[in-house]
Amino acid sequence: MAAPSTSPSLPPSLADAVRDDASLRRFLHGLPGVDQVGVEQRAAGLGTRSIKKASKLWAIDAAIGMVDLTTLEGADTAGKVRSLCAKARRPDPDNPDVPRVAAVCVYPDMVATAKQELDGTGIQIASVATAFPSGRSTLKVKLEDTAFAVESGATEIDMVIDRGAFLSGRYGQVFDEIVQIKHACGDAHLKVILETGELATYDNVRRASWLALLAGGDFIKTSTGKVSPAATLPVTQVMLQAVRDWHTATGERRGVKPAGGIRSTKDAIKHLVAVHEVAGPEWLNPHLFRFGASTLLNDLLMQRRTQLAGHYSGPDYVTVD
Amino acid sequence: MWEYAPAPESRDIANLKPNYRMFVDGEFVEGGGEPLKSVNPGTGEVLAEVSTAAPADVDRAVKAARRAYDRVWGRMPGAERAKYIFRIARLIQERGRELAVLESLDNGKPIKESRDVDVPTAAAHFFYHAGWADKLGYAGYGPDPRPLGVAGQVIPWNFPLLMAAWKIAPALACGNTVVLKPAETTPLTALVLAEIIQQAELPPGVVNILPGAGDVGAAVVAHPDVDKVAFTGSTEVGKLIQRQLAGTGKKLTLELGGKAANIVFDDAPLDQAVEGIVNGIFFNQGHVCCAGSRLLVQESVAEELLDKLRTRVSTLRVGDPLDKNTDVGAINSAEQLARIQELTASGEAEGAQRWTSSCPLPDKGFYFAPTVFSNVSQAMRIAREEIFGPVLSVLTFRTPDEAVAKANNTPYGLSAGVWTEKGSRILWAAQKMRAGVVWANTFNRFDPTAPFGGYQESGFGREGGRTGLEAYLDV
Repeated sequence: MAAPSTSPSLPPSLADAVRDDASLRRFLHGLPGVDQVGVEQRAAGLGTRSIKKASKLWAIDAAIGMVDLTTLEGADTAGKVRSLCAKARRPDPDNPDVPRVAAVCVYPDMVATAKQELDGTGIQIASVATAFPSGRSTLKVKLEDTAFAVESGATEIDMVIDRGAFLSGRYGQVFDEIVQIKHACGDAHLKVILETGELATYDNVRRASWLALLAGGDFIKTSTGKVSPAATLPVTQVMLQAVRDWHTATGERRGVKPAGGIRSTKDAIKHLVAVHEVAGPEWLNPHLFRFGASTLLNDLLMQRRTQLAGHYSGPDYVTVD
Repeated sequence: MWEYAPAPESRDIANLKPNYRMFVDGEFVEGGGEPLKSVNPGTGEVLAEVSTAAPADVDRAVKAARRAYDRVWGRMPGAERAKYIFRIARLIQERGRELAVLESLDNGKPIKESRDVDVPTAAAHFFYHAGWADKLGYAGYGPDPRPLGVAGQVIPWNFPLLMAAWKIAPALACGNTVVLKPAETTPLTALVLAEIIQQAELPPGVVNILPGAGDVGAAVVAHPDVDKVAFTGSTEVGKLIQRQLAGTGKKLTLELGGKAANIVFDDAPLDQAVEGIVNGIFFNQGHVCCAGSRLLVQESVAEELLDKLRTRVSTLRVGDPLDKNTDVGAINSAEQLARIQELTASGEAEGAQRWTSSCPLPDKGFYFAPTVFSNVSQAMRIAREEIFGPVLSVLTFRTPDEAVAKANNTPYGLSAGVWTEKGSRILWAAQKMRAGVVWANTFNRFDPTAPFGGYQESGFGREGGRTGLEAYLDV
């Protein structure tokens, strides 16, 4: 296992946790368990918050500003990416006061195209890497994949962890891989995709979250969007609790990105309520919370229009890109 | 900063009337007692005037109940009784929003609780017991268990509708008739339940509801033609009733106070334990007889747990009971608020360390900010006496034996909670604990199928489940 070179500021208890394979395993297995019934009950409770009027409008604008507008398809073309970037720059042509999205998220070979479109806008260019979505390749290939994306202009890298290694208990290997990818990212921000749908239990989600935080991930992200279930409210809640605990332990704030499955404004607001009440109001910020989504944006825009106009206008009044 | 805009439920839904009358022999009638004014604890304003029963009214109600028992209800086949009880359950669901808003207005509990807990659980109790009405021969009390006759029931103000359902549903299912007295400060939903009973076309006299203060309750309990008494309320009054009924042959069940221990072991799922602690003591403003008011936490995780707990409690929203985002509503009465203030002052005076959430409180109405006392010892009043408010006392322990010893060191014994990921420890602790209900990795879960009741000064008899039927049958 690599020396913990990424986070020199770790407090002694956490620095000990990453000393070697055995310490890391002991640390992760020593984390308090997550009770499934309890966490789902709390999530359901948070889902009953009634967000109306000005607070709803605030939430819609905040959510738009947190969207990583995503296209990750085999059929992606330069044309598709260009039109997505146009949408990112100006989500609602009729309402120029709509905030820009946080980032556009594409495959590595589309990064150059996105860069041309987004240069100077302040919108981040995120790229998936590391043999996305399965992560089944050699470290060498994953590092090259990452380097290619960064060289092409990606400012954020969304990597996947090796779920096979995690599930067979080789935590050190997962840790090392994240450390090395982080190194390959240079100045680009690293989001670590846990693919919680494959980790299956909340205990695993908590362990993987801590593993990624210890290894230096700037964000922990739920899913690739290629596996069901993707982002669910209880999973996001467990991850929010992890970044909050990380802050208590280190004083440092790391981000959370639920991705996949959040399609409606209602769902997005439920997640924001969880951010607000579980992690804390400081996390209601695109630097610390993102939505990985493609269809969500248009629903947010429709709801925004409804809030401002007082009536619903329908899907033909927002652009489909 | 993100502020949640006010999201109040409309007060109009409650169909609030200026006057409410008692329900006797199938009709709403004026009572001979001094009318009482029911107050909205959320604002301190008077909601409605309610007529109360005089001694003669109690006698009339018991006679009506006896007549209904002898002529109709006691001899009706169970399958027929079930139809009426199912009808009541469905009508509670149909009028659920009305009942929820009225309950929050009259009691002060947050609308999300009356909407998501009180009203659905009340309906569930009628549904559940309706199912038993024609199967009593299979309940384990012999092939043909008989009803007792007239049941006199007195209920508290903390769950006004739900307690009425807990009392009325099993009584009716077993073939008894009922004279019920709701609490003085919260009579309104029981009287809407009376409307529902009328709507369901129950024969006159099967259910009679008499609002009033303690004297009306005493008269119901003491009436010579009452065969069975069920009381939920304070231990003090419970003892009086027991003394009064000694030697009369009346069957009695009591559900009284509590000072429940919520034990958190060091291998607990801490974040969910925090949720359970919050739910255990701040649910319904802590006006819960089975509230987890004593937190026993293993010393090795005490600091971490308390940090998490204070952070979580700071996020509780205290205020307008009708706001859908309110987590903790109003204290039910000025009198109860004064009692909570007196006991918390004693906690400070006796040297416990007080922490109170800095949440804003409304200017009008009766409110108390969620409070956590640490460094509490068993000798302090806040560890021994039931506060019945949003106040948690935290004690620590070192070993499982010590935890159980401290948990049992109380004259009460209604409920308890155990938090650990170790199944064997849950079973061990549940066996050792003298409490009628032991929750494992959860708290304050209520279900009509699960018997509820206490040990020692928390009372006797069980309500709910197959076991609960025994209280209303001649076995």
